Amino acid sequence: MAKQSSFGNMLIVLTVITVLVGALLGYVYGITAEPIAQAKKLKQENAVKDVTPAFDNSPIDEQYTVTVNGMELKVFPATKEGEKVGAAVESKTKNGFGGEVVIMVGFEADGTIRNYRVLSHAETPGLGSKMEEWFRTERGSQSVLGKHPAKDNLTVKKDGGSVDAITAATISSRAFLDVIANAYTAYTNNNCDGATGATQQEKEADHE
Amino acid sequence: MITYISIFITAIFVNNIVLAQFLGICPFLGVSKKVSTATGMGAAVAFVMTIATICTYLLQKYLLDAFGIGFMQTIVFILVIAALVQMVEIILKKVSPPLYQALGVFLPLITTNCAILGVAILVIQKEYTLLESVVFAISTALGFMLAMVIFAGIREQLSTTRIPKALQGMPIALIVAGLLALAFMGFAGIKVG
Amino acid sequence: MNKLKIILNGIITENPTFVLLLGMCPTLGTTSSAINGLGMGLATMFVLICSNAVIALIKNLIPDKVRIPSFIVVIAAFVTILQMCMEAYVPALYESLGLFIPLIVVNCIVLGRAESFAAKHNAFDSMLDGVGCGLGFTIALTLLGSVRELLGTGKIFNTAIFPEHFGALVFVLAPGAFIALGYLIVIVNKLKTK
Repeated sequence: MAKQSSFGNMLIVLTVITVLVGALLGYVYGITAEPIAQAKKLKQENAVKDVTPAFDNSPIDEQYTVTVNGMELKVFPATKEGEKVGAAVESKTKNGFGGEVVIMVGFEADGTIRNYRVLSHAETPGLGSKMEEWFRTERGSQSVLGKHPAKDNLTVKKDGGSVDAITAATISSRAFLDVIANAYTAYTNNNCDGATGATQQEKEADHE
Repeated sequence: MITYISIFITAIFVNNIVLAQFLGICPFLGVSKKVSTATGMGAAVAFVMTIATICTYLLQKYLLDAFGIGFMQTIVFILVIAALVQMVEIILKKVSPPLYQALGVFLPLITTNCAILGVAILVIQKEYTLLESVVFAISTALGFMLAMVIFAGIREQLSTTRIPKALQGMPIALIVAGLLALAFMGFAGIKVG
Repeated sequence: MNKLKIILNGIITENPTFVLLLGMCPTLGTTSSAINGLGMGLATMFVLICSNAVIALIKNLIPDKVRIPSFIVVIAAFVTILQMCMEAYVPALYESLGLFIPLIVVNCIVLGRAESFAAKHNAFDSMLDGVGCGLGFTIALTLLGSVRELLGTGKIFNTAIFPEHFGALVFVLAPGAFIALGYLIVIVNKLKTK
């Protein structure tokens, strides 16, 4: 069925195939590059929209980065009619059970937690992934929505705090609250509220 | 330094390539009937994985990224790995016949070992530096070898045990692998530094 | 050969997962839920059909010694196309399957079918073989995914069957993958001997 192999025809066939394939892939890449970029932007936009109060500016275009505990966090400020209404912070921690946890945290103008959205995590599937639901459910003292990181003691009860940890996932819960604290630090560092930001950071340091 | 130790421990125990990430299952199930062959396979994988990771890493940085043709990644990587395996085989034959004797039979099987390609892609995704990538590749390979050898040890014992007919062969091997994975889950959450 | 037989052969007689025990990595790695298993199965099926067809078409032009490398390039091309399309149009599924999409390249089923079927048959039959094996693989992965999701969280395709706290979480995790597949093969073996 196959041809005789000689160095010449092997070289030609492989080269032709690779060139054809390269051209084809380049073509598909050209078609899909735009939708891929859009899908990524849409995801970020939706996450920001979900967690911040109603705004009329473009938080994505006005984003800036703040360095907290050696990590660069993105802050998306939200304004309405020129007035600051809050912000979304793409915050993270490296202290998760399975590594990094990235969460979009939304604040009201005064720093109250409005909403959050878990963007990515490497926690145990089925346990750590409960983060998305657990900390917004009104049961016992699970929910962190409407709480204020500087006024309420947002650590798990095991650490003397006021938040119920996810059953059997204390480390993931700690990581979650760590992310919230980092987000708050990033938010307040640019909110002329240095004092609360600093205490928050100290508390964080004890924690580790 | 602490980063490297952390990568090392995590890759061997916590995120064991076979038992937690499901890469390289084929050789894990296929060539694990004897401890000696399992060790040989593990060594061959370690050898190729380290060299392949270095090559693909450099290619990614200086060829694919430099020319903006990242979409050729899969093709370039798999061809490099295939070519590399061939080259290693030829060179070993010439330079070190005893080593070739030990590893030779396993080399052709390695091209289709997804752990090699997996690690090559993972180090790019994790944005490791070259040195971190090398440490990651070596420790992943050690983790692979560890899992292989333990598993082969258990299977050697199994071969002398009476097992229900429907369970013989692959099913009991998979269940043993599952229990082994359960044991390795005990390492989860270990953190260095 | 009978066309229907080619398809059935891939689904039943030579089911890649339960009978040939090929492609174990994605089988175990992506079946933490039914939907992931289904997605991975369909992705593999797409690559199988395309690469089988193309390889059957070009097989007579390829010198024997570079057969395997040429096949791999063709397969890798389709995998990359699939990868880019999935990232663009189904980003959520793309994210949950992650590394296992590019790794379809080294899935023994794909290269195995190229070698054992596409290299010997015409393009249409090869496509049918791709459909058959792809379906066989998809069914197996969806089944395993459903079993693991059901035992682990009490749901199938996200529809609750029984309350979640009765679920044994271990089935969603790594060990459960091995054990669930092990017992599924036991059942298949049992049925075969009858």
